[in-house]
Amino acid sequence: MTAAFPSRIDAALPQRAGVGLKGEHVPEILANRPDIGFFEIHAENYMEVGGAPHRHLETIRRDYPLSLHGVGLSIGGAGPLDRDHLTRLRKVADRYEPGLFSEHLAWSTHDTTYYNDLLPLPYTEATLAHVVSHINQVQDAMGRQMLLENPSTYVAFAESTLSETAFLREIVQRTGCGLLLDVNNVHVSATNHGWSAETYLSEFPLDQVQEIHLGGHAPDIDDDGLPLLIDAHDRAVDQEVWRLFALVANRVGPLPTLIEWDNDVPAWPVLLDEARSADRILSGAASRELRRAHG
Amino acid sequence: MVDHPSPVPGRKAFAAALLAPDLPVPEGVVGRDGRPAGKRFAVYRNNVVVSLTESLKATYPAVTALLGEEYFSALARLYINAHPPQSPILSRYGAELSEFVATFAPLAAYPYLADVARFEWAWLQSYHAADAPVLAAADLAAVPPEALAGTILTAHPAASVLVSAFPVFDLVIANRFEPEASGSVDLSESQTVLFSRPDIDVMFRVIPAGTAALAAALLDGQALGNAAEQAFEADPAFDFSQGLSVLLAAGIFGGLDGRAA
Repeated sequence: MTAAFPSRIDAALPQRAGVGLKGEHVPEILANRPDIGFFEIHAENYMEVGGAPHRHLETIRRDYPLSLHGVGLSIGGAGPLDRDHLTRLRKVADRYEPGLFSEHLAWSTHDTTYYNDLLPLPYTEATLAHVVSHINQVQDAMGRQMLLENPSTYVAFAESTLSETAFLREIVQRTGCGLLLDVNNVHVSATNHGWSAETYLSEFPLDQVQEIHLGGHAPDIDDDGLPLLIDAHDRAVDQEVWRLFALVANRVGPLPTLIEWDNDVPAWPVLLDEARSADRILSGAASRELRRAHG
Repeated sequence: MVDHPSPVPGRKAFAAALLAPDLPVPEGVVGRDGRPAGKRFAVYRNNVVVSLTESLKATYPAVTALLGEEYFSALARLYINAHPPQSPILSRYGAELSEFVATFAPLAAYPYLADVARFEWAWLQSYHAADAPVLAAADLAAVPPEALAGTILTAHPAASVLVSAFPVFDLVIANRFEPEASGSVDLSESQTVLFSRPDIDVMFRVIPAGTAALAAALLDGQALGNAAEQAFEADPAFDFSQGLSVLLAAGIFGGLDGRAA
């Protein structure tokens, strides 16, 4: 299938920082074509048939690679996947030829109701088999590999028998999907559940990671006065998340890295600054890799 | 149909509790080291309601401005419970808000609010409608005069007419598009609004009764002759050629007799 428009650039994402595409920033992007690795779009924002959002995205796609990030597929849903939604996803992917496609280890729909949040699932042999069959179905319908993102969670399930990293590792082995490592989610979940983020990362199948997400979180406390971090994407990336990101980048080398800032969206230069900070860490990781390669 | 056992038996209770703050935290949902998860589960409840409220505010900025943020949020919470989203495409969420407002007893003294909501929903449908070429006046001019009465114009996907017994255009302008402008809205006026989107910007204007009847009949697929009769019924002094040229200039037609423009 050919795209409805010629793109001057390749679909593949560079090993640089990108940002989520926000309507507020579109005029700036169209006017000045800032130097940025890629834009990430939420698939569900491009499922209407026509109008300004598509017109703008077609223009942007001519000059930038895209990553396609789904937020509504409900891969961890108890029922079957929504086939109509899969068809719509495929249509968006065919239209814009993204370099990468990702979705979440979470659920958002039950019966017919869509809750518009990334909700948690227990990690058991039964949910594992269920998620595996959903991911196989997604990859078949999309005709491509998908990346699965590790979640931010606030609760655990008494019935869980597997760790999140063991669960993810098993999914990758059984489906051949790749992973999207959200470093902020690692920090948020580790803090919320009292895990060590470093241990989590040492158990995470880092060799399967093809994209990284970084974002801001909001601090709160739970009923026992213990820290409870909320994955709010409403502020700059936290120092601890930058530290964990550098640790990952130095271990696996540079990868396409997204700055997520979806609420209280800042002025474009502020977002660009965050991307530049990520780029510096990625360059450091690249030169480290080069030194390693040359002994 | 065979009822398969759910791979996640607790899911139904989890989902139900999200929209029901009076229900207890679902069994088996725990905090750190198996402790109770009260405030932690509340994060999910809050995410659901707040994110859907934000989505409704984005679709209905004039309704939000008229009611105030606080009142709108309270109304949204009731709406979300009565009409939770049935699709992950949030631009389609909120279709029933105008009806919900129209039948919401505490707002009975503000009967124009439902039409403001209808305006904002119509604007959104026009904004996202399929891109399509617009019928040029010259294409219609090429139709032989004797064939004109039987000619059917196809509706452009972004075109619609909203008939209101209230000054809905003025209310939306004052509360959404030009909130800084001074001047009061005369609530005794009634306005019919024509929506179109010849390119990517949604256009809307107030049209008089005759033009409104002509537009409604033509968008409904009726032939020009019939549509003209309805326009004259609505306004005996209707100027047909002027009314039609307003509609052509707005770009509410896609083609002639089903042929693409």
